[in-house]
Amino acid sequence: MRAIGYADEIPPGEGRTFAVDGEMVAVFRLRDGSFRATQAVCPHKGGPLADGQIDLKQVLCPLHLNAWDLTTGCSLSGQPDLTVYPVGVADGKILLGDLS
Amino acid sequence: MRTRLVVIGNGMAGARTVEEILARGGDFDITMFGDEPYGNYNRIMLSNVLAGVEDESGIFLNDLSWYADNGITLHTGTRIERIDRFAKRVYAEDGTETPYDKLIIATGSRAFVPPIPGIHRPGRGYHQGVFAFRTLDDTRAMIRYAREHQRAVVIGGGLLGLEAARGLQNHLPHVTLIHAAGHLMNAQLNEVAGETLRATIEAKLGIEVVVDGRTTEILGKNAVTGVKLDDGRIIPCDVVVVAAGIRANAEMAAASGLAVERGIVVDDQMRCLDEDDIYAVGECAQHRGEVYGLVAPLWDQAKVLADHLTGVNPFAEYHGSQVATKLKVAGVDVAAMGLKAPEHEDDESLTFTEPKKGIYKNVIIRDGRLVGATMVGDVKKVAFLMQAFDRGLALPEERAELMFDLGGPAGEVKVDEMADDEQVCNCNGVSKGAICGVVQGGCKTVTGVMDKTRAGKGCGTCKPLVQRIVEWAAGGEVEEDPAASYYVPGIPMPKPELIEAIRLHSLKSVSSVFAKLGGEEDAKSKMGLASLLKMMWGGEYVDERDARFINDRVHANIQRDGTFSVVPQMKGGVTTPAQLRRIAEVAEKHEVPMVKLTGGQRIDLLGIPKEKLPEVWADLDMPSGYAYGKSFRTVKTCVGSDFCRFGVGDSTALGIALEERYQGIEGPGKMKLAVTGCPRNCAEAYVKDLGVVAIDGGKWEIYVGGAAGAHIRKGDLLTTVETPEEVITLTGRFLQYYRENANWLERTYAFVPRIGIERVREIVVDDADGIASSLDAAMDASVAAYRDPWKDREQPATPGQFRTSLPLTVLPQVPVRA
Repeated sequence: MRAIGYADEIPPGEGRTFAVDGEMVAVFRLRDGSFRATQAVCPHKGGPLADGQIDLKQVLCPLHLNAWDLTTGCSLSGQPDLTVYPVGVADGKILLGDLS
Repeated sequence: MRTRLVVIGNGMAGARTVEEILARGGDFDITMFGDEPYGNYNRIMLSNVLAGVEDESGIFLNDLSWYADNGITLHTGTRIERIDRFAKRVYAEDGTETPYDKLIIATGSRAFVPPIPGIHRPGRGYHQGVFAFRTLDDTRAMIRYAREHQRAVVIGGGLLGLEAARGLQNHLPHVTLIHAAGHLMNAQLNEVAGETLRATIEAKLGIEVVVDGRTTEILGKNAVTGVKLDDGRIIPCDVVVVAAGIRANAEMAAASGLAVERGIVVDDQMRCLDEDDIYAVGECAQHRGEVYGLVAPLWDQAKVLADHLTGVNPFAEYHGSQVATKLKVAGVDVAAMGLKAPEHEDDESLTFTEPKKGIYKNVIIRDGRLVGATMVGDVKKVAFLMQAFDRGLALPEERAELMFDLGGPAGEVKVDEMADDEQVCNCNGVSKGAICGVVQGGCKTVTGVMDKTRAGKGCGTCKPLVQRIVEWAAGGEVEEDPAASYYVPGIPMPKPELIEAIRLHSLKSVSSVFAKLGGEEDAKSKMGLASLLKMMWGGEYVDERDARFINDRVHANIQRDGTFSVVPQMKGGVTTPAQLRRIAEVAEKHEVPMVKLTGGQRIDLLGIPKEKLPEVWADLDMPSGYAYGKSFRTVKTCVGSDFCRFGVGDSTALGIALEERYQGIEGPGKMKLAVTGCPRNCAEAYVKDLGVVAIDGGKWEIYVGGAAGAHIRKGDLLTTVETPEEVITLTGRFLQYYRENANWLERTYAFVPRIGIERVREIVVDDADGIASSLDAAMDASVAAYRDPWKDREQPATPGQFRTSLPLTVLPQVPVRA
């Protein structure tokens, strides 16, 4: 796990994009306080997922409102699945894990 | 030991009930008796076999292997003679006996053969050349015989008789149909409809029809030579087919001591009277006095009985079926449901006839609900009518829409004629086949199918077609989605109820609404709730930024490449050289990839990265044009009386005044307005959410509910007023009424017809409900709370509000025009 930014960079219920080794990762802060991390780019038409609306389960791409499960990355609207990353917070820092 | 279930009857009712039981995982030891020597076939298709359009093999529903695969013991060609209700056994003709724990009687019905002299020959059964039309064997014998003969008479002008007549035409040259009643299909059709059907059948098919004809004798000693009618007429023929109705096969049940009237009497759980373990379904059963001869009620009964027997729902009840039929009778489309003719004095009855084309349409309405409909020759509207009839839907204000497609796209597409790969949703590229696939996969709600396929989720124009395809694919088993009436999917309440609950609990933030009313937060509901709360609470609304869609978080419209478009306000589409110079400078400084004039008479700067938005606003130093929200957008105007030589009113001044007052007001959908200076309508005011037209004499007409997007509709005239001030007041009042009552994303073109323009006028213009002043006050408060969002640029509202979300390499690249 490595730190990629600070938890308070992300307002509750929103997402922000972080650059990690030339990859873009969208990190979301759910309203229950937990975090999720997915690939930043929508596999459908390249939309910025961090700009999408979320709840405790899903993220909606802002361009065409396709939906994905934030925890598993599984598409909920017939699109390819998202890559999801392990993510956690310690000492106010967002820690991103490697893909298993 | 497993419960022993015995089914007497292996026709459509018996087999369907067993299928339904198996589908519910029912664990029974099943034995079935059928007196025909076959597996189970679709009796309705016999007319197709007779007509030669279907093979015998094509009509079998379950072949013998199905019984074996499901562990069912099938005895074909075995007739049950007697039930011993006390010993719980059934006895077959061949002397065998079978014990049961539960017994289902599904013996169906047989052809009713009237006692006409000459119809039988002693010791031989029917006279040679006389046939009933009921079983596969009847059909085979009839075809064989008809092929070698010339003239057939069909006795009976109901559904079955007509099908028989049509089918016989394929095997011999002359067919005459004799019907005892005054018009064809008298059980389903009224006289005029029956007469229309007769004319079509005679003219198109060449079948001779005799009505009011009672057959008194079958003539001929060895072979049939003709039939004699009660008026003395003799119709020569060598084949007679009797299709004079059906009678329930209930004699065995009666002889075994069960209660039998016209059929075996059953209760709401299809249980025979005073019996704990004996049930009856299908055409042999009599429920609440009705004996049904159609297939749809039988399906309903089978489901109830299966629910009950398997324990899935032991209290399942059958309450009778509303009989609605749509058939091709002898090649003519006929649909009938409910009443044939008005019964009460205040029943509305609408009739359309076009005899030359063989078209007859009639609908009967009672208290605003459809209680009967008959269509002959043209059944295009029948899917809608059946729904309205079954579910008691509200009917269109314009009653003619029940019979015709008015104003919609010409010629409604027939679902069954569409190819599987035909694209239905042109926004998301969804084919008919894809929709049917999802339905077959078990998803039977329209919204469920839309979620899964995304069909109808673009511009929405194809939604009615998607709905019809789902209905077609589900074979009339569409399940209603209760969520269809919710304001947003995540909170199970329609809008008025939701508003009341929000007021009651003083819920001022989106998260508090979820916590109190919805349980879990739902991303798809946040935006609609945010809009509603803002409208209700104004300045007291607790703004949670995550409830906003990205456009509302950054006050710009997201584009396909993740950049944004910036549209400064340009009231009434009027600008100045200084303003244009400023826009030009900003566009050059920020290397804006595209500068475009919008349909709303403004200038759009496209391709602005999110992180540059505050800087662009600062350089422009103009108010936001709100070209991104579900909100008041713009007022389009023409040059009006200032310069135009036709203009009769100052449309630009009024447009600017309207925009100044109502700028940025949010609502359930976009609000696009226009003011035009004369009825030439250069500003397209007739097709706006609210359009104002200056007319001669210094007056102004106000139109509402117009649209010219995916949906095109001319607005309805709300009222005509004398002064621009009245226009401004009524505009505010109408918009407030729309904001408070429309569903989320319901544009005025749907809202106004839903409420009805008369009712809108009562409320907004005449103040019949006495709420005008409160509507005005609420709108005043919203106007007072307006603040230009582009002013909030010095300090981001949230950390990283304008931080880029774009990938390092921009995808997809939008080509930049030189």
